[in-house]
Formats: sequence, C-alpha cells, structure tokens
Amino acid sequence: MIRIIVSPEPIDLTAEIERAEAAGVGAVATFTGIVRADDGVGELELEHYPGVTERALTGLTQEALRRWSLAGATVVHRVGPMRPGERIVFVAATAAHRAAALEACAFLIDRLKTEAPFWKRERRGDEAHWVEQRETDVGAAARWD
Amino acid sequence: MRLVYFAWVRERIGTGEEQVAPPADVATVAQLIDWLAANSAGHAAAFAERDRLRAAVDGVFVGLDASVVGVDEVAIFPPVTGG
Repeated sequence: MIRIIVSPEPIDLTAEIERAEAAGVGAVATFTGIVRADDGVGELELEHYPGVTERALTGLTQEALRRWSLAGATVVHRVGPMRPGERIVFVAATAAHRAAALEACAFLIDRLKTEAPFWKRERRGDEAHWVEQRETDVGAAARWD
Repeated sequence: MRLVYFAWVRERIGTGEEQVAPPADVATVAQLIDWLAANSAGHAAAFAERDRLRAAVDGVFVGLDASVVGVDEVAIFPPVTGG
C-alpha cells in the first residue's frame, strides 16, 4: 500500500505510525525530518509543484516497492510556513523483515531530497532566502543509483 | 504553451505562471530559455546562471536539452530542496 500526502497540516506522527503498523507485518522503519533552528531561523516556508510533487513521490515509492519486498510505503510532506521544531517530512517503509524496511526508508528520504519538487525558504527576522541544494544530499541520493 | 516557475526563478521573473507562443525554431528547453531571456530583462536575470536551472516538461523532470515541441506545460526552477 502506498500513502502519499502533501499538505500544510501538521504531521500526526502517532496516526501515521499506527497506520503503517496496521499492515500487520514484522518491520516498520520510519524517518521524521524536523525543521532546524539553524543560525536563528524563525520560520521555514515550503513551496512545491502541485500535482507534479505527488506524482514524483508516487513514482519514488513505486520504485521502492520494485526494489525491496515491502508491504507498504508512506511519504507525508508538509508545505507552507512552519516553525523550528515542527515536523516537515515523515517516511515509513513496512516489510516482513528489518533490512528491507530500513533500506527502503533510507532510499525514500535520500531520493526525495533530490527528485521531488519542493523548495525551502528560510526566514530570519525580516530577511528571507532560498535554501541551496547540498552536495551531500546529491551524493546520498546517488548511492542508490 | 504554459510556463510555470518556482522559488527564486518565480520571484525574479515576477510571476509564477504565463502563457507564451514561442516561434517554431524554439525546439528545446534551453532554446526556450534563450528566447525568453532575449525578450525580457526579468527573464534574463532569472535565467542568468543556466547551471542552476532545472526543468520539467508536462510534469516530468528533464534535462535542458529536452524537446518542448507540442508540449502543454514547461516548468523552470532551481535545484530542489525538500525533505
């Protein structure tokens, strides 16, 4: 089962984990991304490409299902304004055993960072600037090529 | 064809979406970018650093050498930074 959510609503971690556990298999691996307060960031704003973002995330999860024996995959990404400490992204992979779940979860978050059309803008006081793509993120995604 | 822009590309151009009718010799994303930049200072500023531009054609990520002949929507944007 694939679950893709792109929404301005806060991410309900308990509900998402319970939904993943309801697959009734042996392993649930999850990743939660939290907005960092780097150098005084007061607010983070997420822009996305409506429709195309969801399609990209669906394609990523379908690739995960082809590469690993999974019962399901979930990607929940928040968009719009959010504050440090809030959840920005949640990924879950469910499988019979831990190796597939852990690897698929890492694959999903690594690839999401370079393949899904989201853009971050940080606000510090009255100043705002667009976050640059990090070479380390490009390298992390490339290890799954 | 409809053009959509995101992040600082959108801000520098001053709009997130526009309809254009490029001439017949505009066959690729790169040629479309050249044509837009030649006709508007705002577009020229947004497209000044080609290696920082990414594109999607009809919702599929492509290289700047991809064809735009007969397509409905071209998106131009910076490298993505989600997650």
